[in-house]
Amino acid sequence: MKHVYGWLLLTPAAILLIGFTHYPAAATLLDSFFSTGTAVRPSRFVGLENYAALAADPIFWQVLGNNFWFALGTIPTAIALAMVMALWVNDKLPARALVRMAYFTPTVLPMIAVANLWLYFYTPQIGLLDKVGALLFGAPSHNWLGDPDLVLPATMVMVVWKEAGFFMIFYLAALQSLPPELEEAAKIEGASRWYFFRRVTFPLLMPTTLFVLVNATINSFKLVDHLFILTKGGPDNASSLLLYYVYQVAFSFFDTAYASTLTVVLLVMLALLAIVQFLLIERRVHYR
Amino acid sequence: MRRLETAAAWLLAVLWLLPLLYAFWAAFHPAELATHFEPLAPLTLDNFRKAWTYAPFPRHFLNTVILVTMILAAQLVLCTLAGYAFARFEFRGRELAFALVLVQLMIMPDVLIVENYRTMSALGILDSIPAIGLPYMASAFGIFLLRQTFKTIPRELDEAARVEGASGLQVLWKVYVPLARPVYVAYGLVSVSYHWNNFLWPIIVTNTVGSRPLTVGLQVFSSTDQGIDWSIITAATLMTSAPLLIAFLLFQRQFVQSFMRAGIR
Repeated sequence: MKHVYGWLLLTPAAILLIGFTHYPAAATLLDSFFSTGTAVRPSRFVGLENYAALAADPIFWQVLGNNFWFALGTIPTAIALAMVMALWVNDKLPARALVRMAYFTPTVLPMIAVANLWLYFYTPQIGLLDKVGALLFGAPSHNWLGDPDLVLPATMVMVVWKEAGFFMIFYLAALQSLPPELEEAAKIEGASRWYFFRRVTFPLLMPTTLFVLVNATINSFKLVDHLFILTKGGPDNASSLLLYYVYQVAFSFFDTAYASTLTVVLLVMLALLAIVQFLLIERRVHYR
Repeated sequence: MRRLETAAAWLLAVLWLLPLLYAFWAAFHPAELATHFEPLAPLTLDNFRKAWTYAPFPRHFLNTVILVTMILAAQLVLCTLAGYAFARFEFRGRELAFALVLVQLMIMPDVLIVENYRTMSALGILDSIPAIGLPYMASAFGIFLLRQTFKTIPRELDEAARVEGASGLQVLWKVYVPLARPVYVAYGLVSVSYHWNNFLWPIIVTNTVGSRPLTVGLQVFSSTDQGIDWSIITAATLMTSAPLLIAFLLFQRQFVQSFMRAGIR
C-alpha cells in the first residue's frame, strides 16, 4: 500500500519530467543519427553522417571555441570579483546595505533588458564608452560590437557585471558561517589582513568556490539571451555560442537533425560537468 | 589602506549601478537628451507613454503575470507531492527515481529546445502560455529542496498527527507545508525572478502578441527598424524590469536570503 502511495504522489511530476526532460534528451540523441526530413525526402537513418558534418563544420568549432573563451573570460573574473565584493560587504563598510544592493541589482534584471542598456554603452560615437574614452584619453571611436576581435570580450564584460553579484551571495553566506574566533585569534597573533585572507579565509571558502565554479560553468552554456539584442551571434559568428548556434540551425535554417547533433555535444558537456559536480559534492561532505 | 578599500568598494558600487542610472536618465528625458547630459534638463514621462502604446505592453505584462503564476502554482503542487514522497515514503525504485529526477538539474529544459518544440507542436499548443510553462513545471530543484526540508521535520510531529487520524495528505498539508514556509518563499522568489526574466524558450515557442511575455515583447520592440530611439527603448526596458526591481528594493533582505537558500536553479 505504501508503495502505491509513494508512486501516486510522484506521478504528476514524473510525467512532466519524463515528457520534457528524459524523453527529449533521448530523442535528441536518436535524431542525431537521422537526416532532417523534408516534404519530398522523409527522414532516414544516416549513422554518423551528422557527426562527420559536425567535425567538418568550421562554425561549430568556432562557436565551441567561443564558448571556451567565454567561460574562461567570465568565470574566474566574476568569481574573483564576487569574493572581493562579499569580503567588502561583510566588513564594517560605510553604507554597506547600499553597496550590497548595488552589487546584487544586476541579478534581478532580465538579460534582455541588460543587453538593451549595454547596447547603448557599446554604440560607436554616441555610446557612453566612446564618449568617456574620447573625453578622458582622446581615444578614437571603436565599433565594439562590430569588430570580431572586440565583440566577444565586450559581451564578456557585460556578463561579468551581470553575474558577479549573484555569486557574491554564496560567498556572503559562507563568510557569515565562519566562526568569528578565527579573526580574533589572528588579530591577537598580529597577522595582517592579507595574510589572514590568504591562509585562513580563502582556503575555508574553497568549497564555495568549487560549487560556484561548477554552476558558473553550467550557466555559461545557457547564457545566450544577450546575443539576440547585441549581435545576433555576429560579426561572422565571432560572438556566437553553442546554444545560440543550436537555435539558429533549428529555427532559422530548419535543419533539426543537425541541431540535435549539436545539442548532443551540449548535453555531453553538461553531463561531464554533472560528474565533476557529483564528485565535488561527495568531497564537500568531508568539509562539514 | 582601509580608506582605499572603502573608496574602491564604493567606486565598484557606482560602476555597478551605472547602467541603471543611465537608463533612468534616458527614460525620463526627451530623446534629444538621451545621449547628452545636462544636469538640469526637464523631466518627462513621455517615453513611457509612447513605449506603452507603441508595443502592446499591457498584453505582455498580463502574459508574463499569467505565466509566472501558472508555473509557480504548478511547481509548488508538483514539487511538494514529489518531495514528500521522496522524504517520507518507502517505495520500490525510490533511489533510482530520485537519481532520474536529479538528471534535470544538469539537463535543463533550456537546452532541449529542438525536441520540446516538436513536442509542443505535436500537442498542438504552440504559441500558447502553457507551452512556455510546461517544461518547467516539474522542477528537479524544487523537488530536491523540499525533500531536504521535509526530511528535517521530526517524525514525531508526523506520527502525532497520524494518531489523531489524519491521512497522508492531511499530514502533508497540516504539518509539513506550514513548517517549510520559509523554503517555499525562497523558492517562489527565485522561480518568479527566473521565469519573469526567461527569454530563449518563450521566443522559440511563441509567435504572436497574445502569448508573448514581456522579455520577448521587449526584444521585438527594440529590434524594429524604425531607427533606434534610446529614450523609448530604455523606458520599455525599465518597464519590463520594474516589477522585480521594485520588489527587490522593498524586500532586499528577503531576496538576498532566498537566493542564498535557493539560488541555484
